[in-house]
Amino acid sequence: MSALLRTEGVCKAFGGVQALDGCSVEVEQGSIAGLIGPNGSGKTTLFNMITGYGRVDSGDVFLGDRKITNLPPDKVFGYGIGRTFQLTRVFSRLTVMENMIVGAHHSERSQARGLRRLRNALARAGGPATRRRAMELLEFTGIAGHAGALAETLSYGQRKLLELSYVLMADPEIVLLDEPAGGVNPTLIGTIADRIRELNAGGTTFLIVEHNMDFVMGLCDRVTVLDYGNAVVAGPPEVIRTDHRVLDAYLGTAEDGDDR
Amino acid sequence: MSAGASRNGGRAGRAAEASGLLAGGLRLSRQQRGGIAAAVLLLLAVLFPLVFTSPVTTQIGVDTMLFVAATVAWNLFSGFTGYISLGHAVFFGTGAYMVGIAAQDWHIAGDREFALLPLAGLAAGLLAVPFGLIALRVRRHTFVVVTIAVFFICQLTASNLGITGGSVGIPAPFLAWTPETYNNPFYYLALALAAGVALLSWLIRGSRFGLQLRAIRDDEDRARGLGVRTMRVKLAAFVISGVVTGMVGALWFLFIGQVLPQYGFDPLFDLSVALMAFFGGFGTLWGPVLGALLLEPGEQYLTLRVSNSYASELVWGTLFLLVILFLSRGVVPVAGEKAAAWRARRERRGAGQPAPGGAAPAPAAPPGPARQPSAPTGRTAR
Repeated sequence: MSALLRTEGVCKAFGGVQALDGCSVEVEQGSIAGLIGPNGSGKTTLFNMITGYGRVDSGDVFLGDRKITNLPPDKVFGYGIGRTFQLTRVFSRLTVMENMIVGAHHSERSQARGLRRLRNALARAGGPATRRRAMELLEFTGIAGHAGALAETLSYGQRKLLELSYVLMADPEIVLLDEPAGGVNPTLIGTIADRIRELNAGGTTFLIVEHNMDFVMGLCDRVTVLDYGNAVVAGPPEVIRTDHRVLDAYLGTAEDGDDR
Repeated sequence: MSAGASRNGGRAGRAAEASGLLAGGLRLSRQQRGGIAAAVLLLLAVLFPLVFTSPVTTQIGVDTMLFVAATVAWNLFSGFTGYISLGHAVFFGTGAYMVGIAAQDWHIAGDREFALLPLAGLAAGLLAVPFGLIALRVRRHTFVVVTIAVFFICQLTASNLGITGGSVGIPAPFLAWTPETYNNPFYYLALALAAGVALLSWLIRGSRFGLQLRAIRDDEDRARGLGVRTMRVKLAAFVISGVVTGMVGALWFLFIGQVLPQYGFDPLFDLSVALMAFFGGFGTLWGPVLGALLLEPGEQYLTLRVSNSYASELVWGTLFLLVILFLSRGVVPVAGEKAAAWRARRERRGAGQPAPGGAAPAPAAPPGPARQPSAPTGRTAR
């Protein structure tokens, strides 16, 4: 097993706040990795630095052997890193199906070259193959019944599922999930965990930020703990659960639920 | 939630509203009804100068068609992406001056001057590239301010440069046409431009490119994270919109016969185009067409009837305020929604289930059933 996604000494400061301070994290190919840590420990910032939503001050990000430090979000997505956001971000005035088709642009575009590209751009959005694939994924995540509805009519949990679904449209190698279980009802949390397991069995790697400990410990092969912008410890869930540094990091600052 | 649902109902009902009377009891798809409505509208527009032959009326017709083209072009960028441009007069003026300067320098006279129209589009399109590269770096209010700033820079440049004739402007080549028929060629050219850009707008809205534009409108950063190359996409729409607006400006210039800096680069143009699009329905297909068709003749009529031009500007400004305050979603979506609600109420009454509590709760409930026919297809909402 080798590291599919790797950060090396990533630093990022917002004004006087050092959000990431030499953060090094590794995610192995084919694994489900967890990223935990108290509020403000830099989890989401690390996601942003990996996926191009902001520039690192120093350090590097690698996808396999490829250096992807400071690449823009569209490039990062093109190389096979998909992500969801802590507060879901769907295209609210597009239908669920249209949301899915936006996610397929990259793969549809890369098939055309030159003038065909122009024709490709003016073609009707979403060919039959794309729509078929979209329906499969929507059925997989259980929101296929809403395909024709505007995304703004979905519930919060359904939006989370939609976000996961359209990220999957491009068949990413690795998916970064920012609090997939936050603010979602327990039944749906179970569904989400099952879907992640199935996708993982199909070869997709995951990196998951989550405050719900049962969710993380039950799902992840390996958990990394962030504190003050640094990875303090990494290991299998059963080791992390009892590690005193983790308890130190969380003691007095840990909160149930989500940080927003 | 209810606002969202009802908005969807509006979309579904919009085409129905436009062509509902024509379709009658026939069950036609939304697209078919839209197509029929467009064909009828086009036919009426073609017949217009044959029926109303007075030059006073056809002149209003020319102005209206120019504004339909300009408003649809504006909406193609601003309406689809949500980037509100108050600087489209830059393209309008550029097109006008480009044709003026070219005709002067190349000694082009008579009706050959119309061959210069594509050149006006080209010039405006070329200008749109640096303009867009600067302005599209910022969003929302900042973008609006940048477009206004660029607009004033262009206006100042036009009034101070030698090549643009300074404050005297540039005259258009003389056309030795009789007053009775002078307006008609302009009318049909403007109509062709308007129909062309409306068709383009329809093609784009259903296309991959159009979907990317609307994704940018909803959440640009998210779109970028899904592989949409947002800058390119925005810029492409900006340039297309600029090209058409430039050609509108050129046609206007040839029609009026002269361009002065304050009329070529006219802040009222920016305001009017935005007002017409908002009035009709921002970001929709039919909205800008109907907005311009309703407001431009209204404005012209006002100017004719009220000799004091300040009075008409005052009315114009007040209307803008009222539309933004009370009708910011536009006539077309609101009317479509009302029609959908009315249909749903009638259907329920037909099924023998009177609406509980009468009319009061109706606005919240009807959009659900009303949008059912469109929901299962999962096709592009328009």
